[in-house]
Amino acid sequence: MALKVGMPRSLAYYTYFPLWNTFFKELGVEVLLSNESNKQVLDQGVKETVNDACVPIKMYHGHVKDLMEKVDYLFIPRLVSLDGEETVCPKFLGLPDMVRYSIDGLPPIIDNRLDLRKGKLEFWKFFYRIGRKLDKSFWKILMSYRAAWDKFNKYQSLLLKEYSPQEAWELIDKDQSRGDKIQQKGDITIALLGYPYTIYDPYISVGLLDNLKKMNVKVLTKDNVPSVDLLRQRKKFAKEMFWYYSNQVVRSALYYLEKPRVDGVIHVTAFGCGPDAMVDKFVELECKHSGVPFLTLSLDEHTGEAGMNTRVEAFVDMLKRKRG
Amino acid sequence: MKKITFPHMGSSHIAFSMLVKELGHEVIKPPAPTRKTLTYGTKHSPEFACIPFKVLLGTYLEAIEKGADTIVSSGGVGPCRAGYYGELQNKILQDIGYNPDFVIFEPPLKSLSDFMSKIKILKGNNSWIALLDIVRRTWHKLIALDDLESEVNKIRPYELNKGETSKQLKIGQSMLDEAQSMKEIKEARNEALKAIRKVKCLERPEKPIKVGLIGEIYVVLEPFINADVEKTLGELGVQVDRSIHLTNWTRDNTLIDGEKGVKKLARPYLDQLVGGHGQNSIGETIHYAENDFDGVVHLAPFTCIPEIVAKSIIPKVSQDYNIPVITLFLDEQTGKAGVQTRLEAFVDLIKKKRLGEVS
Repeated sequence: MALKVGMPRSLAYYTYFPLWNTFFKELGVEVLLSNESNKQVLDQGVKETVNDACVPIKMYHGHVKDLMEKVDYLFIPRLVSLDGEETVCPKFLGLPDMVRYSIDGLPPIIDNRLDLRKGKLEFWKFFYRIGRKLDKSFWKILMSYRAAWDKFNKYQSLLLKEYSPQEAWELIDKDQSRGDKIQQKGDITIALLGYPYTIYDPYISVGLLDNLKKMNVKVLTKDNVPSVDLLRQRKKFAKEMFWYYSNQVVRSALYYLEKPRVDGVIHVTAFGCGPDAMVDKFVELECKHSGVPFLTLSLDEHTGEAGMNTRVEAFVDMLKRKRG
Repeated sequence: MKKITFPHMGSSHIAFSMLVKELGHEVIKPPAPTRKTLTYGTKHSPEFACIPFKVLLGTYLEAIEKGADTIVSSGGVGPCRAGYYGELQNKILQDIGYNPDFVIFEPPLKSLSDFMSKIKILKGNNSWIALLDIVRRTWHKLIALDDLESEVNKIRPYELNKGETSKQLKIGQSMLDEAQSMKEIKEARNEALKAIRKVKCLERPEKPIKVGLIGEIYVVLEPFINADVEKTLGELGVQVDRSIHLTNWTRDNTLIDGEKGVKKLARPYLDQLVGGHGQNSIGETIHYAENDFDGVVHLAPFTCIPEIVAKSIIPKVSQDYNIPVITLFLDEQTGKAGVQTRLEAFVDLIKKKRLGEVS
């Protein structure tokens, strides 16, 4: 029987799912995803986590609980640096330890470290060590590694064609990796900024992405900006932030505000998020500077749909009226 | 001539005032934080910025009202947020309509030329040798200030008249404030220490209750923010050992031999730098447990990321080493009475544990 590796459907899952999933599959390991985020998952997580943690971290613990009894290994990598310069939020750095010491009776954890500051080869080493841990041969690992990157590159090019991650995964699975560029239609365009694990998790963000589309709004996220254009924004900072995902948000904000390319900006943040205290103010000041309307939505485990929708509707109405 | 101000952190302003004054600038002493500082700070800060950010911003605003035109602060490389404070505070101040010169010192290892250029701004017309001398004296003043506070923590639990030790500390600090030359600093330090040791004391118990104080540096050092934890514990008859002093990252602390040891201790539980004092908090808890302390008080600002990581791991450490730990997350809503009640309960628990009534 094939080994079963459990992958919590939260945090970095929203960035790297195709890469990790393909790698394990090609290795001949079965990947089991946790349930989609729902109330039960979150409640389980809230019980196990310190109350000061943000809602995505609580959600992650819930996903781990959901998986722990069904798998041989849990995949909770220690992501330190994903671009070779900045680190990720400290909660990612300590994630395997936080989980390990918060929940009892866990299966073995694959907690290999990924720190691209150490050099370009780190990604390969990261996968190689995981492969060896699972007793796979060098060739098998190499082949799986290449297949994984192949899929991942296709996936990223789909994102640039303005597919949402969900849509892109489905297309890749059907091997229709050459989808045409969608022409999202809408009366107005909004840049939806925030970390992938909050804006793409429909439960945490109470369906924000779909609701906006229903209101006939064209929604753009940081994934729709080519990485070259993102990097180009760097020179506008006096000093860069220290966190990978935060830099992505700030850079994409600057990109969308450049011309400006959007009618409004919505920043989605989790209650008590440390880096976002800086990011949010930064983006707010930049929006003020360029004269683009700005809305912050702060989410936690008590966020209700009605309250959120009221605020978003009011914001969208205002933008539509402004357009005339 | 520049009118310079800087962050207020514990009693360090005494030493830094001398530094700025002797470099030939006017000092706008950062006022000790009060309710007003917090009101100013919270009004203009992001909601989830940590309390040190808010207090610093409030302090800057108060100092600007008093005429400061230059703010000197430190930067950092993360992943703790503190390294980004200066950047954002500068933006916020400009948004409100102030335009002070903001001099942020980044670690010299990051960019030496940047570091030197900022030194030159402050150096003015002083020669390099004079600068070196001034820095050296400032350093010794900082050490002297730390020495006084450590001594007070040993005496306060047994003082006969409540408040006597704190009074002597105040007198000692103002003596140090006046001291200028190396000789004067030394004399002031010795005299103040003598006066503190002379405070009338009860007979000391054979095995005093000892508690370690750990956590994020700003909330540990600033009594206004931590509801005067050291004093509160001292007056409950507890001997407090503070893990962090402003000067201990270079000199060997008598108890903890350098930061490396602490990080090593933390490794089995958290083998990764998480920024700020997160990893230290875990290592220090183990350290105190191994040195027969009765408990650990862990202080952190609300929304502090590294300490949240630490807090999720500490319960396991506390269990493995059988040492009680209380974590207090502090913010602008924290009330003194609330902190005091919890500390009293904590000390009661330690006493009961000693009697074997609880395990």
